[in-house]
Formats: sequence, structure tokens, C-alpha cells
Amino acid sequence: MNFSKSFRNTFLVILLSLIVSACATKKTTTTVEGQMQGDVYTGTDTVKYLADGVPDRVFFATNESILTTKSRDTLRKQANWLRENSSINVVVEGHADERGTREYNLALGERRANAAKDYLITYGISADRISVISYGKERPVDSGSNPLSWSKNRRSVTVKAN
Amino acid sequence: MIRIFNLFFIIFFLLSSKAYSLIEIDITRGNLDPLPIAVSPLFQDDNSKRNSINELKIENVGSEISLVVENNLKISGLFNPLSKEAFLQKPDIAHLKPRFEDWALIKAQALITGKVTIEDKKLKVEFRLWDILAGREMMALAFTTVPGNWRRVGHIISDKVYERLTGEKGYFDTRIIYVSEEGPKTARVKKLAIMDQDGFNTKYLTLGNELVLTPRFNPTSQMVTYLSYFKNLPRVYLLDIETGTQEVVGDFPGMTFAPRFSPDGKKIIMSFAKDGNSDIYTMDLENRIVERITNHPSIDTSPSYSPDSQFITFNSDRSGFQQIYVMKSDGSNVKRISFGKGLYGTPVWSPRGDLIAFTKLHKGKFYIGVMRTDGSGERLLTENYYQEAPSWSPNGRVLIFYRETKSNDKGEGFSAKLWSIDLTGYNERQVQTEMDASDPSWSSLLSN
Repeated sequence: MNFSKSFRNTFLVILLSLIVSACATKKTTTTVEGQMQGDVYTGTDTVKYLADGVPDRVFFATNESILTTKSRDTLRKQANWLRENSSINVVVEGHADERGTREYNLALGERRANAAKDYLITYGISADRISVISYGKERPVDSGSNPLSWSKNRRSVTVKAN
Repeated sequence: MIRIFNLFFIIFFLLSSKAYSLIEIDITRGNLDPLPIAVSPLFQDDNSKRNSINELKIENVGSEISLVVENNLKISGLFNPLSKEAFLQKPDIAHLKPRFEDWALIKAQALITGKVTIEDKKLKVEFRLWDILAGREMMALAFTTVPGNWRRVGHIISDKVYERLTGEKGYFDTRIIYVSEEGPKTARVKKLAIMDQDGFNTKYLTLGNELVLTPRFNPTSQMVTYLSYFKNLPRVYLLDIETGTQEVVGDFPGMTFAPRFSPDGKKIIMSFAKDGNSDIYTMDLENRIVERITNHPSIDTSPSYSPDSQFITFNSDRSGFQQIYVMKSDGSNVKRISFGKGLYGTPVWSPRGDLIAFTKLHKGKFYIGVMRTDGSGERLLTENYYQEAPSWSPNGRVLIFYRETKSNDKGEGFSAKLWSIDLTGYNERQVQTEMDASDPSWSSLLSN
């Protein structure tokens, strides 16, 4: 009885670890050499720089406008740079991927741009210096129809306005 | 309401026979057995042929009009226009008195005949609809208009025939406004375009210098509302397609989008986005008064009025995900109506009032569907890789929407096209456009 129970448990553990490792393998194949975490883009393919070491964009999960740890890190760099360059104003563009209805995506892009803007404000950048514009799904950077392309397109981009 | 176009028309009834007829079409279910109909070329005498060439550069406008009718009836899916080669009777004689047994021989159940004259820069068209099985005339009408309107005459004849045989208003004398697209996905050029419902007479209303999206017809006039990124300020605009004049709607300190007219055409309902939150507003076009309809920290967008203006359906993610809601038109009594699996967007109220069409996203597929206004009776009409934004035909029988294809990893293979499907889920077909196309909106009937 005890034997069979522990045998069954061991069997379950082995089975579970097989499933977990199967999932893990599957994940690495779909995330393409670690360029995505969950479905948030973590690569640098499309990233441009506002200044040396200051990336211009942050990426979002599907249907989300929550800033990831990495996004907050990027935005802090942007805030530092904006503090040092107080004559420069910026436009934060919000974008969505192509897998959503056009009108909802316009609203989602606006929400993402404002999430980035709000974070810059909490680091002391005046709201007057930051305007936002949503392009919804109208201006993708990557024209592929696959999860990696979509992850690059779910973004907000901080662009110099003057 | 007076439509300018009606001034050009003098419509009078020659004869109106409301007698019991043997033919009728049930359009409430998928019609897998379309009605065999013979559309005889409209007869034109030699004098009119000469005038036709002079006025229109068309030799036989009578035949051309009959082709317009034939094509309309065919794309409705409810009729099977028979091959003209099998016709035994000459057009002019058939118009006076059809030999019913000859038409019955080729299995026609209905027959359209007619006559066209062009004189003094006027186009006169008369037509008759015949019930072959009963051996009698069902309808006779005549029109006088300017020769340039000959395609519209074909559409009006189609509407009259459709109405007589189905008991419901037609939708052929209508136009579609849409966004014409070209260029790579990353730098797409978009223009407002308008065409007849059958894809003819395309006109471009903007040059493509700025991004334009989501045009919608005013149900009562030749006005259109749409979103333009003019000067990089995304705002809702109002455009008069007769005069070309346009103006921004309201004075909002941020993006306005997702516009639609109220059923009486006097208000625009739209979303206004501020500080990451989108809510629904209306603006009265006469007194310019702006009213806020929703006030919620979630995204509220894609509003659409019920035909009696008493209710508004809209899209909101207040539950955490995109779902469809209905509220009273003052914003009270908000109720969620979509409860199926997946995300729901773009609700649009049927002109008949009983249904709401929508886009649904579930497990990586997009669907166009309909549900009753309380959310019951959900029916998915078509499944595809990507499609959205249904717009109703004015009789509430057909939906037009756009569909995009999947790109490969290099971004190749992408296209955007207009499609239509019957409310029954049958008769799905591509609507021809000169370029790629999206965001279609169907006009009301131009003439009644």
C-alpha cells in the first residue's frame, strides 16, 4: 500500500517534471532565442536611442498597459536624460499589435502611452513637456504576423518633439 | 427629409397590381434554392441608341441597365438570373406581352422586361415584373432622370423587384464609404473612398497625406464622420461628400475617435481619450452641446445607437477584458450582454433593432456574429484569421466587414479586403475594390 502510494507519487513527480520540461522546451522555441519573456519583447531589434544608453521604447504584454521591471528601468533612464536636457520636449507614441479591433486598439495605445508618461512624471518630468499620441495598430515596426513581431509592435516610443 | 437626388426623379406608377402571386422568397433562412429569374435586356430603339452613344458613349444603355439589375440580384444570393442566350422572345415584344409558356420552358419563375428612351438629354426607363407561373404582371414602374444616372436606375429597379418578391426593402441603391489602403504594412497610405454598393463609381475623398480611419455615413444625409490624423492630432471630423467641406467635431483636448451618427443624424457619438482613459461622449451638431455619457476608468469605445435612439451599445473592458454592453442613451442602466468565451468588440445595432452585430476574438480566430440585444441567441456567421468592423445594409439583411490575411515573417502576403455575408451566414462574398480596403460603412437607401 505504502509502497504503491510512494511509487505512484514518484511516478507523478517524474510525469510532472516531464510536462514542465516539455513546456519549458516549447517556451524557448516560441520565444525565439530569449527575445520574449512571457509575451513581452525583451530584445533590441527595433530599439532606437534617444541618447547614448537611453532606449526610446518599452514593450507591453497583450492587452496590457502595465510597465515591466525592464520598462521602468528604461523610463528611468529617459527621465534622467530629460532632466539633464530640460529644453527638450517629447511625444510618447502608444502602439498596439494587429490582433485587436481598430477602435479598441486606439484606446489601448493611448493607455500605454499614458502609462509611460505617468512614470516619467513620477521621476520629476513636468507633464507639460510630454504629449501623447496613440496610433493603435496603424504603425507597426515589424510587419510579420507572428508572436515575436506582435511583441515588438506592442510598445510606447518616446520621440523628441523639438 | 428631402434628398436632393429625388429632385431628379419623377417616379410614377403605371400600374400597381397587388394581386396574389405565386412567387415569394423567404429570406429569413439561408436560401439554397435561389429564384430563377429572367432579366430581358431593356429595349432601346435606334434613335435612342444614337442619343445614347452621344450622351453616354454607350451603345445600348438598355442592355447595360439590365446587367446592373442581373448582377445585383445575383449577389443577393436570393435570385438565379438565367442566361440570356436561352431567351426566346425579343425584348420589345416581351415587354408588351410575354409568351409565358416560353419563359416557363427555360424554368424562369419571374421575368423583368423594359424599355429605354433617351431624348432631349433625358433618360426614360420603364420596366415590368412578370409572374411567369401565374401568367400576370406583378409590377410596372417608370422613371425619368438624367442619362448619367443610368446605373442608379438599374439599382432602383433591383430594389423594387427585391421588395416586391421578398416583402422587404432592398439595399442596392446605396453606397459604401471605406478606407482605401496601399503600401507596406509599416507605412500604409490610407484614403477615404466611396463607391456604389456593387463596386462601381469609386471616388477618393482624401489624398492620403494623413492617416484616416473609420468613416461612417449619416443615415439621413450625405455627411460622413471619420477619424483623421490631420496635423498629427487624431480627431473626429465631419465631411460633406457633396460639397467636400469638412470640420473638426468639437473642441476636445485630446484624441476623439470611434464616431457614429445618431439615427436622426443630428448627433455624433464617439470616444474621447484623456490621461489613458477613454469615455463616450455625444455632440449635438446643431447647438454644439457636448455631453459625457460614460464615466469609468476603463476603456469605453465603439458606441452605436439603437434605431429608436433609446439605447446605446458599446465596447468596454471594465470587466477586465473587451466585452459588449448596452445602456440607456443617457448613460444609465449599464448592462453587460456578451458572456461567451473570448473577447468581443465593435458592437453595431441592426437598423431593424432586434440584433447587435459584433466582432469576436477567441483562440486566435476572429468571428463576425450577431446576438439579440439582451445578449441571448449568439450566432457566429464567419470565422477567419482576421476580420472585424461589421456594418449593416439598410434593410438589416447583409453585413459588410473587412478581412486581413496573415503575413509571412518578412511581412509579405498581407492584404485587406471588403467582404459581405447574409445575416443567415450564407452568401459570403468579396466586395470588389480598386485597392486594398477596410472600415466599410453602408449608406441608407439613396432613394425611397
